[in-house]
Amino acid sequence: MSTPILEARGVSQLFPIRSKQRLFARTTMQRAVDGISVAIHPGEVVALVGESGSGKSTLGRMMLGLLPPSEGSIHFRGKALAALSAEEARTFRREVQVVFQDTGASLNPRHTIAQSVAIPLLHNLGMRGPEVARRVDSLLDQVGLAPGRFRDRLPHELSGGQRQRVGIARAMASDPSVIIADEPVSALDVSVRAQVLELMDRLRRQRQLAYLFITHDLGVVRALADRVLVMQGGRLVEAGDVDTILSNPQCAYTQRLLAATPVPDPSRQGRRLAEAMRQNTLGETPP
Amino acid sequence: MSAHAEAIASARGPGFFRRLCRSRAAVLSMLYIGLIVLLAVFAPLVAGYDPMVGGDDSMLPPLSPGHWLGTDDLGRDVWAQTVYGARVSLMVGVVTAIFAVTIGVVVGGLAGYYGGWADTVLMRVSEFFQTLPRFVLALIVIALFGSGLWKVIFVIAILSWPQTARLVRASVSSLRQQPFVDAARVGGMGDRALLLREILPNVAAPIIVTGSLDVAAAILLEAGLGFFGLGDPNHISWGSMLNEAQQYLRIAWWMSLFPGLAIALTVLSFNVLGDALNDALNPRSRVRS
Repeated sequence: MSTPILEARGVSQLFPIRSKQRLFARTTMQRAVDGISVAIHPGEVVALVGESGSGKSTLGRMMLGLLPPSEGSIHFRGKALAALSAEEARTFRREVQVVFQDTGASLNPRHTIAQSVAIPLLHNLGMRGPEVARRVDSLLDQVGLAPGRFRDRLPHELSGGQRQRVGIARAMASDPSVIIADEPVSALDVSVRAQVLELMDRLRRQRQLAYLFITHDLGVVRALADRVLVMQGGRLVEAGDVDTILSNPQCAYTQRLLAATPVPDPSRQGRRLAEAMRQNTLGETPP
Repeated sequence: MSAHAEAIASARGPGFFRRLCRSRAAVLSMLYIGLIVLLAVFAPLVAGYDPMVGGDDSMLPPLSPGHWLGTDDLGRDVWAQTVYGARVSLMVGVVTAIFAVTIGVVVGGLAGYYGGWADTVLMRVSEFFQTLPRFVLALIVIALFGSGLWKVIFVIAILSWPQTARLVRASVSSLRQQPFVDAARVGGMGDRALLLREILPNVAAPIIVTGSLDVAAAILLEAGLGFFGLGDPNHISWGSMLNEAQQYLRIAWWMSLFPGLAIALTVLSFNVLGDALNDALNPRSRVRS
């Protein structure tokens, strides 16, 4: 198999927990992520599933290079992040992008949509001049937002689904090869969810993107992912092919997670979601 | 213009002033502050008398011919003194606030953004300044180095910055963890740009608000120092007027009423203005007009 674009090798993250009660607080270390290895290959969609607090997002932040791991290392195209040259670090920064869950907090409330989308163009790509505005417009267009209408608006004037499209446009601005999507649709309405998923899937096919899709929605996993990793309490409890895991979960925790999914049959829900995505056309109703 | 386009337009520049004027108290405060500023700037034109030079008529009550706010024990015109006093009060207030905010933003911004030992060191230093009893320190410095307008400003600024620093630090350290800051970092922004362009603009509202409150606090502290005779003896200030007025409180109430009123209204106005700025600067209160 090819070299993974992005790989975590036995990473752990320890957070200090201070007991607040005493004058001389004792500090204990909490393992949010405990010795996890993940590899993402070009064009692959890896789903990372687990309940809240299982360390999914912390792992995501480490793989983005935002949080140095306490143990283990993150490798970009086979090379440890700490060992990258300045040039390679810039390539990493450009190729590994992110889409966040909270669409309200993931855009600077004081920047217009165009300003937010321009950040990676100006900083990651070093683009200058009128080219920036042209790129911004074409990116907005790609995610289904009319540039003339949205360019100069502020985030709070947009709906959650529209903001998430802006977030996706911003991630696409750097022309990445991997996007770490941290619960990108869990804060959205079900109808909007299918549209955003469809967009992410379309961009993936057009650009040969790889995704690390952090989610707790097994329906989404079914619809998009090639492989799935299940996390519990900072550890990897199960990993494998989507169909195998969802139809025949080995780990008790995965079985419970499947049982807890609102629709009795998550594979049916996944098919329904996939169906909805096919039927959906772009263009959302304004708020 | 469609309702939609209007909503967009109101989120921009001119809408800010309209939002600021939404509260009647804010409008009154701004009018009052504007009036005081004009009086201070044009003091020689509107005072009518030299505030330092007395006349033959001492302790004239208000509405006396030629002296509509009366005169003090040395026959100096109370109106002229109050007008010239505004110069000292406003200058001390504004200059002090600029110093306090500048130091506070730099210290608080660095402490909040970098965290760790930088945070610990800077915050312990600011706590040291906060635990100093404000008035006593001001007394000591002025007793040791003599009084003067710039010494007063220096002392008050040194005492005022920790509050701003703590506020900025708290806002910066919580904003630093916002997804949009992470997103900008992933977009390739460096520390400097992140702090200056992503984080600090979002702290602008609390900074402007504390700046306004700092002005009020500085005016009050300057008046307090003047009241104890520690102000600059070469300048009339509202505090020094009160200092002289206290011994004549029973017989010449106007000597203390007018400077006292000026202090109270000015401090109140800057506080109300701070509040209104806080409301108007909140981006979430935009659009609704």
